[in-house]
Parts: sequence; C-alpha cells; structure tokens
Amino acid sequence: MTAVLEISGLRKTYRGRKGVRNALDGFDMVVEAGQVHGFLGPNGSGKTTTLRTLLGLIKPNDGRMAILGREVPRHLPEVARQVGAIVESPQFFGNFTAETTLSLLADVGGVNRNRVYSVLDLVGLRDRAKERVKTYSLGMKQRLAVASALLKEPKLLILDEPANGLDPGGIREMRTLMRDLSDSGMTVLLSSHILGEIQLICDSVTIISAGRRVTAGSVSEVLAQHTSGAVKVRLEPGVDLLGAAELLRSAGAQVSLEKDYFTVGNASNPAQITKLLAERQIYVSELTPVAADLEDVFLELTGTAPVEGHTRQVDETAVSAGRGGWGQ
Amino acid sequence: MSLARAESRRLIKRRFTKVLLIGVLLVLAAVGAGTWFSNQKVGPEQIAAARAEADRYYQDALRQAATDKQQCLAAPGTPAASQWPANCDDLYTPTLEDYDYTWYMPPTFNLREDFTDMISVFAVVLAAAAFLIGASFVGAEWNSGGMMNLLLWRPQRLRVLGTKLTVFLSWLTGLTVLLGAVWAGMFRLIAETRGTTEKMTPGVWESFGLTGLRGLGLIVAAGALGFALASLGRHTGMALGALVGVGALQIGVYVMAGLAGFKYPDTLFAPFWLIALLYKEWIATDYTSCDYSSTSGCEPDTFTMTWQAGSVGLAAITVVVVLISMWTMRRRDIT
Repeated sequence: MTAVLEISGLRKTYRGRKGVRNALDGFDMVVEAGQVHGFLGPNGSGKTTTLRTLLGLIKPNDGRMAILGREVPRHLPEVARQVGAIVESPQFFGNFTAETTLSLLADVGGVNRNRVYSVLDLVGLRDRAKERVKTYSLGMKQRLAVASALLKEPKLLILDEPANGLDPGGIREMRTLMRDLSDSGMTVLLSSHILGEIQLICDSVTIISAGRRVTAGSVSEVLAQHTSGAVKVRLEPGVDLLGAAELLRSAGAQVSLEKDYFTVGNASNPAQITKLLAERQIYVSELTPVAADLEDVFLELTGTAPVEGHTRQVDETAVSAGRGGWGQ
Repeated sequence: MSLARAESRRLIKRRFTKVLLIGVLLVLAAVGAGTWFSNQKVGPEQIAAARAEADRYYQDALRQAATDKQQCLAAPGTPAASQWPANCDDLYTPTLEDYDYTWYMPPTFNLREDFTDMISVFAVVLAAAAFLIGASFVGAEWNSGGMMNLLLWRPQRLRVLGTKLTVFLSWLTGLTVLLGAVWAGMFRLIAETRGTTEKMTPGVWESFGLTGLRGLGLIVAAGALGFALASLGRHTGMALGALVGVGALQIGVYVMAGLAGFKYPDTLFAPFWLIALLYKEWIATDYTSCDYSSTSGCEPDTFTMTWQAGSVGLAAITVVVVLISMWTMRRRDIT
C-alpha cells in the first residue's frame, strides 16, 4: 500500500518562562492510502501540534513530513487542494451564514460553488444553510467544519475530534460518513478521544504520548500486541474462592477477586493456574482470556489510567511499562 | 485571482463594513446639510441689509460716544472723575470705517476659500473609518479562527495577508475616489446655490485635486495601519489599543520635550503632521523667543513643517508597521 502521509522524527519545542517543553519529541507516523487511521493520545500529548505542524500552521524544529508523496511544508501549497482538514474546535466567522462561509472558502480554493449545497446536504445542514453560524450549536458547527473539509473533495481528510458536540445520532452519522468516504477511496486521519468509535471505524491507529509514538499498526495488531494477559477463573460451585485466590497470590499472581470468580492479571502461562489449584484438589470450571479493548491499550500505553486518590496532571504520562508476567 | 475575489466578497459582505460605511455617509451628509442650512446666497438685498446693520451699529456707537463725552465733561470735582481722562477730547470717536458692512453679511459658502477645509473633513472622517474597517477586516478573521481556516485552504501566509491588504486598500481607494467626486460635486452645488464659485480657475481645481490626493494618501495609510496593527495583535481591539497607547505616548513625549527645552515640541505631535499634509504646511511657533526688528518689534521664531515632511513621517510609520505585521505573519505559529 502507498503511504499518503509520512512523518518521521518530528520535533517541536516551545520555550517559555518555565523552560523548554518538547511538544513533539521525534514523533513518527505513517498513514496508508484508503484507510481510516485513528490518531490517539491524551490531552497535551501532541496530537493537535502534529496536525497543525503537518498543515503548515506551526513550524517544526526538526523532522520530515510528506503528504501524498510530497515533502511539506515546502510543497504544501501544491498538495493543500487535496487535503481537507479541521483542526480542534470548529472556528468560523459567526455573522456569515453557512452558505456564505463555504462559498467564500470555495472561492479561495478555486472550487466550484455548486459543491456547497452538496456538502451541506452530506452533513445534514442543507435546510439551515442560510442561517448565521453564530446561531448554530456546537454540533452544527462541527458538521459545518466537516463540510468545509469535504468541499475540496480531498484525497486526504484530516479531522480533529469531529464528533465533538455531536449527539449520539450525529456520532453514528459521522461514523457512517467516515466509512463511506473511506470506501470511496479517501484516506481519513481521525483524531478522537472516543476510543470505542475509533475501534469501530478505524483500520489502523497511532497512539502518541508525551510527543512520541508509543504504538502504531492495524487495530487488530495493536490489540493483539497489548492483550492484558489476564484470565478469568471460575471454580466449581461451593469451592473456597478466597482460599484459591490466596494460594495463587502466594505464588506471585496478581489476583482480583469478584463475586463469583477472580481474574489473574499477569497470567502469561494460564496452565500454571490449573496446575497449582489442581495440586490442592481445586478444579477450575472456566478459564478464559480477558480481551483487551482499545481503551485498555490506550490507558496502559499512555499511563493515564485513573489512580484512586491521585489527580493526574496533563503532562503526567508514562511510556509503556515493561511487559511480561507471572508464570513464565 | 480566486483569493482576491473571495477577499473582495468577504469585505463587502461584512456587517461591520456596511454599518461603518452607512455611518460615514451619514456624517458626510450631515456636514453637507449643515453647510447648506448655515449658508445663503448673497445678493444686493443681503448687502443692503448688511450696510444698514453696520450703519445702525455705527450710529449707536456715535450716540454712546457723545453720552460718554458729556459725562466726562461733567465729572471734574466728583468721585467719578477718576473714571475719565483729564482731557475729554482724548475719548475715542468711532468712524464709519470701524463698521465694515461685510462683518454683518450672512454666512455664504465660498468654494475657493472654504473647500480645502471640506476636503480635510472628508479625509479625516474617511481615514477614521478606514482604520476601523481595516482593523476589523483582519482582526475579526484572526479572532474568529477564520484566518486559520483560510490558511488551511491556502497555506501561503504572505500571499494570504498581502492579498487581503491589497484588496482592502484597492476598495478603499476606489471608494474614496468615488465619494470624493460626489463630495466635490455636492459642495459645488452648495456653492452655486448657497454661496459663490467666484475665482474658480483651473489652477484652483488643480490645487483641490492635489489636496484630495494627499487626503487619499492619509486614508490609505490609516487603513493600512489599522489592518497591520490588528494583524499583529490578532484582534481588532489591538489596533484600537495601539492607537490609544500611541496617543498617550505622544502626550508624554510632548510634555517631556517641552520640559527638556526642545524648541518646537509640537513637531513631535503626529496630528500636526496631518495638518501639514492636508494644508500644505504647518507653522510651529516658539513663543519664548524674540526675533527683534526695528520695524515690527519682537517676533517669535517659527518652524515650517511642509506637507512633504509630514507625509514622509506618516509613510515611514505605515511602511514599518506593515512590514512588521508581514514578518510576524511569516514567523509566528498559528495556534
């Protein structure tokens, strides 16, 4: 497959009164053609900085970027016609109508104004096209932003939090739209915090933390690479669940006790569980691996899982902890 | 070309532009109407009435002088004696020449003498509007995030800002020329119906044309300054704040220059540059000096600021601010 978007070794440093802060610290990303690619990261991890840098709004300190095979920002003016983008919250001049807003953008980009109503129809704003943008809700502004990005009929669509402010129906419509666009051959780069959505619609993902890529690949690969290694253990009815759990704990297992079962968090070799318990005449009735979802992977890789009694600060992240486990 | 067309449409569609233009037209119409109603055509009837009024005042003055002389003559030996001169013949007797009938003429609009002031009014009103429209045109764009959208479509910063400025200044020039022509026509009409167009030679019209061109320069500079300051601060309010700040700084510099013994502190005051620009020259006077001559006594020293000096100062400031705004646009991260 051809790479539509390539970033390697991207660095962006901000100097402030509190010293130097690396917003991007050698970040890498590749997005293949025709895919819906999820771009994930906690707040302040560098997602928006990456997108702004890619789109020429921020000047990087170092690194290489290419869109549709052309180096940017040097060739950005030539490829901009093929890139539709919304960055962060939708921002429009409030006193103009949606129709005026889009027709002005069409003029700027040399796009036929007849497309304005097509894209407004696509995002469900056709009937409100002649109303001023300042009367729009956040969700409607978000739809307008997506419409503006689609106006160019881009080859690469970059959307930063497109579901922001959308109602559940709107989120579903947006998901369908992304899929349809991808099916039509458009490549979509989607930055979002709604991990369930990303898992549903994305073919591949890149996760960023503290300005660095912590993982990338197809969604299934990423999930497979970061399965928790946990297994759910259910015993025969009437067996002392607490005693069995203590037995495994004494052997080094990380056991979480539930009402009628327990999970072993670091069970890299589940056979050890059955062996240890069977030696004490305790027999397992169910032993199933606990499947990880994207949220688990995200929280694990970015180190942003909530910890009781501790309020995490936005710059507090952890690079992926060493994996491995009990029983190997 | 498509960018210029889009910016042109954007400028015209903006509500602020429309409201301010209507405001400008109302102010200019009010000045025209005020001039119309406060002047009248002068003919033999008005001259006769003015002569009669001048004569009435002269007769009143003569009667008062005669009364004063009688009181003066009766005053010696009374407490009022100190109020009168020793020789009552020294009391002034008014003459007919003291009561020039032209002082009693109704106001009349003399196109040759008065239109330069009207060009200045026109230039100042339009310059103020140009500053605000220019500041708002780019300031609102920055503030609303529209500039970022624009750059996503056209990632050519200098071209985007330069086109915006060029489109705005082109419209401003066109509008000024159009309104200037209407303004000149209106005052010619006022002069013909409520005043006089006497001595209007081609040279006078040429002089008005040159004053108008200097006014156009002022309007374009004000527009460019408003635009550049708002772009620098990424907000319309930045241009207004800068204007207030420069005003305060000017007062401070003026006061300090005066305290430091600077001979002509007025020359540091930008509004006087504008006067020099619009009226060809402006004369600063040092009232603390004495240039003695046996014929006219003590005359204060003066410094003449020419329109060339005023326009160079104004142009230099405008060019510097516009260049800084362009440089900043090229360098800054857009967040």
